[in-house]
Amino acid sequence: MIAVDAAAASMRLRRRVDPSWPIFIGLAVFLCLLIGMPLGWLLFYAFTDRTGAPSLANFAQLLTDPTMVDPFVTTMTIATAVGVGCCLVAAPMGWLVARTDMPARRFVRTLVTASFVTPPFLGAIAWEILAAPNSGMINQWYRWLTAADPYEHLVDIYTLPGVIFVIGCYTFPYVFVLVANALDRIPGDLEDASAILGARNAHTARRITIPLVMPAILAGSLVAFLQSMTLFGTPAILAMPAGFHTLTTKLWTFFQYPPKPGLAAAAALPLLLITVTLLRAQSWILGRRGYTVVGAKNSDPRRIRLGPLKVPALALCLLVLCCPVFLPYAALVKAALVRTVSDALTLETVTLHNFRFVFLDFSATRLAMRNTFLLCVLAATIGTVLALVVGYLAARRTMRGSRFLGFLATAPIAIPGIVLGVGLFLAYTQPPLVLYGTLWILLMAYLTIELPGAYQQLQAAFHSIHPELEEASRILGATRLQALAHITAPLLRSGVVASWCFIFIGTMRELSAAILLFTANTKVLSVVIYDLNESGDLGAISVIGLTMLLITFGVVALANRMPGATASRG
Amino acid sequence: MRRRTFLGIGAGALLAAARPGVAADAPAPAAISPELLAAARKEAKVVWYTSVDLQVGERIARAFEAKYPGVPVQVERSGAERIFQRLAQERGSNIRVADIVNSSDAAHFIIWKRDGWLAPYVPEDVARHYAAEHKDPDGMFATWRASLSVIGYNTRLVKPEDAPKGFADLLDPRWTGRIVKAHPGYSGTILTATFQTARDLGWQYFEQLAKQRVMQVQSATDPPKKIAIGERPVMADGAEYTLLLLKEAGSPVEVVYPVEGTPFVAGPSGIFVDAPHPNAARLFQSYLFSAEAQQALVDVGGLRSLHPLTKEKAGRRPIREIRLMKEDAKAVEEQVEAIKQQYTRYFRT
Repeated sequence: MIAVDAAAASMRLRRRVDPSWPIFIGLAVFLCLLIGMPLGWLLFYAFTDRTGAPSLANFAQLLTDPTMVDPFVTTMTIATAVGVGCCLVAAPMGWLVARTDMPARRFVRTLVTASFVTPPFLGAIAWEILAAPNSGMINQWYRWLTAADPYEHLVDIYTLPGVIFVIGCYTFPYVFVLVANALDRIPGDLEDASAILGARNAHTARRITIPLVMPAILAGSLVAFLQSMTLFGTPAILAMPAGFHTLTTKLWTFFQYPPKPGLAAAAALPLLLITVTLLRAQSWILGRRGYTVVGAKNSDPRRIRLGPLKVPALALCLLVLCCPVFLPYAALVKAALVRTVSDALTLETVTLHNFRFVFLDFSATRLAMRNTFLLCVLAATIGTVLALVVGYLAARRTMRGSRFLGFLATAPIAIPGIVLGVGLFLAYTQPPLVLYGTLWILLMAYLTIELPGAYQQLQAAFHSIHPELEEASRILGATRLQALAHITAPLLRSGVVASWCFIFIGTMRELSAAILLFTANTKVLSVVIYDLNESGDLGAISVIGLTMLLITFGVVALANRMPGATASRG
Repeated sequence: MRRRTFLGIGAGALLAAARPGVAADAPAPAAISPELLAAARKEAKVVWYTSVDLQVGERIARAFEAKYPGVPVQVERSGAERIFQRLAQERGSNIRVADIVNSSDAAHFIIWKRDGWLAPYVPEDVARHYAAEHKDPDGMFATWRASLSVIGYNTRLVKPEDAPKGFADLLDPRWTGRIVKAHPGYSGTILTATFQTARDLGWQYFEQLAKQRVMQVQSATDPPKKIAIGERPVMADGAEYTLLLLKEAGSPVEVVYPVEGTPFVAGPSGIFVDAPHPNAARLFQSYLFSAEAQQALVDVGGLRSLHPLTKEKAGRRPIREIRLMKEDAKAVEEQVEAIKQQYTRYFRT
């Protein structure tokens, strides 16, 4: 039997020289290197001393360092609070948008996407302008309205709750999108059945709807937890002025002179470990509950009539959106148009000074814009192609190892940006491959960080093309090629555009890894903005930040205009 | 050896060994010749690492470009300590980007010179006009700018008679939660000032200041901006020139020269031995020390010049009327890690 099998296999092999094998092996090797190199060096540095001899000294030093305890507690507090808070805000909003007849639902969705596009560090700086205790616009209004004394303030952004709030503002879109999409997919007939059997809305919600979206809520809060645990920009901007550290900002100080790469690597490992553990726990919890509700024959979800609550519901959504979108954008526009941020915006104070400085005087602008744009386009294009090929191979399951490829493409999800930054720095600042100082190291960082998201998006797109659809088209007389051209390709195209945009936006937002990897000639906009914040040039930041947002919105709009690209929900 | 990148161990020593002999004297002063200009134009770029305020730096760069078209300047501004770290990191990976560097931590130049990173070059103005204490005997660097780290306050929030007169006044409970200060781990100006203040007043001053719940920013150019927008009424340290510029532009701020003495911060400039654009770097160095650029430094930069042909701007207190703390770059170089550690112990960031 075995001999026959082997013979058949070799026959098959000979019959068609399968081009997918070299591609497959090439991809596997590339992905292994992409992830393995930085992680390998990270482990090496963490577990050795300066001479390269195995040692646990780094960990001993970290564990006995009393200044490491506070950052750890702070980080966990922030991550937990953001994880829970995002769910409390985003889940009801997602429900309002997906399952009720609230007016302006699409508009609210678009605005949440806008808050996703906003880089968190830019949001943090905008919130400095809004809610710094004395110069913040909100506190100025408050004092003006209440005739309060100077120094009295309503809000202070340079506090732990302030940090949690601002991180939450730019993390809640993850939960919102997951929950809203899950609610979109819950077929109406299940809820109808419940209603027909006499259950009221509340009962149906408790017994049918909430259990069905629970996985999405869990996944959302997990993403929020992990994102806020590993974020660098926001705590660096808001926590350091107040005199406290998080793990990421502390980790970053290990790179200040004299650099302590061993300590940085050792301090990065807990972040990696927590991420992996939580992701395992999630798949363990969810893996036992399958919700196969997505098919080709679903009825549309039922929309609950809000009646007189319509307007209050919309008002609530808009109020929430003030925090990540309306207020910060207004603050940035104002700061861009006046000379010092505290000036009131009037016809006399309005000036193009900041625009002139950024576009005419500031020598970093053009270089950073070019680098950023180039890297965004390259990362988005290469990342999408990679995800597409891996997704195709994994979905078709033509080869034995195709699942392994899928695993490799998903694995970086467990590597926080700043950990990857440390790993890449250690891996590519020394032979055999010195990439530090080139754009390649940044490209690798962005690809690694963004690949899992893009892959999952495309994998979902592949899975959404149910064989039923192709079969139906064939029954109606189409050839396989026609079915592919008319059914599969158009369905996939929107997925491709969506993941391209996803990587583009993600790359634009990225600071945690870039802050460790840039050099003078490989600066990107996020790093330039961070630099400017350290010297307090808020006007210039606002101009660059707004330009960055405009570019992103323009590119996303353009990509979605492409023929065949239907709405992509970031 | 103490201050060297982990990846580049030995690189500096190698370079030092490769340097011909031990330079005993400075090279002959160099004027801006047509040949130098032509060679600089051929290189068509100069990359300038500096810790001077970004807007001031870009202005100097644009003035240079106007005078010598065809040699654009790429300004890489960051805190002096950040620049020091980045240069070590870049050179450790054999990346040569920087042509010329200006740091507000004069101790850096002692280290760079010792490690053989600097090239000797003496602009004519330096040879002819600069006092011996403001230039390196081997011609590796000279003090391009001087600045002071001062106390400052917002005049809308603080009446002149209530304003602090010196460091001791900042410890008064009425300033609790009202002070902004910059960080010695980022800014060379602040590192230098922290050294001088701790030396003259003792570390207990900082220990007590840390209890005032100060707002901790990074760059020495940031506290002036923070008091100008009224985020805090008083700054405990920060760049005098930024504060002067803001005041002269109409911001409600005032400078206080502390009664205990004002930290004096020299900011030298030097060229790297392996600069990718060596001629452009020389041209730029010559320009930086010219009477014209030095006067611009004073007029549009608010800085203090050591070029005797410059005139102080009316309305600013002349430097000879200010009681200065004594500069000691050598001691800063020896104590830098201890200073940073002590600071972090008190201020926690």
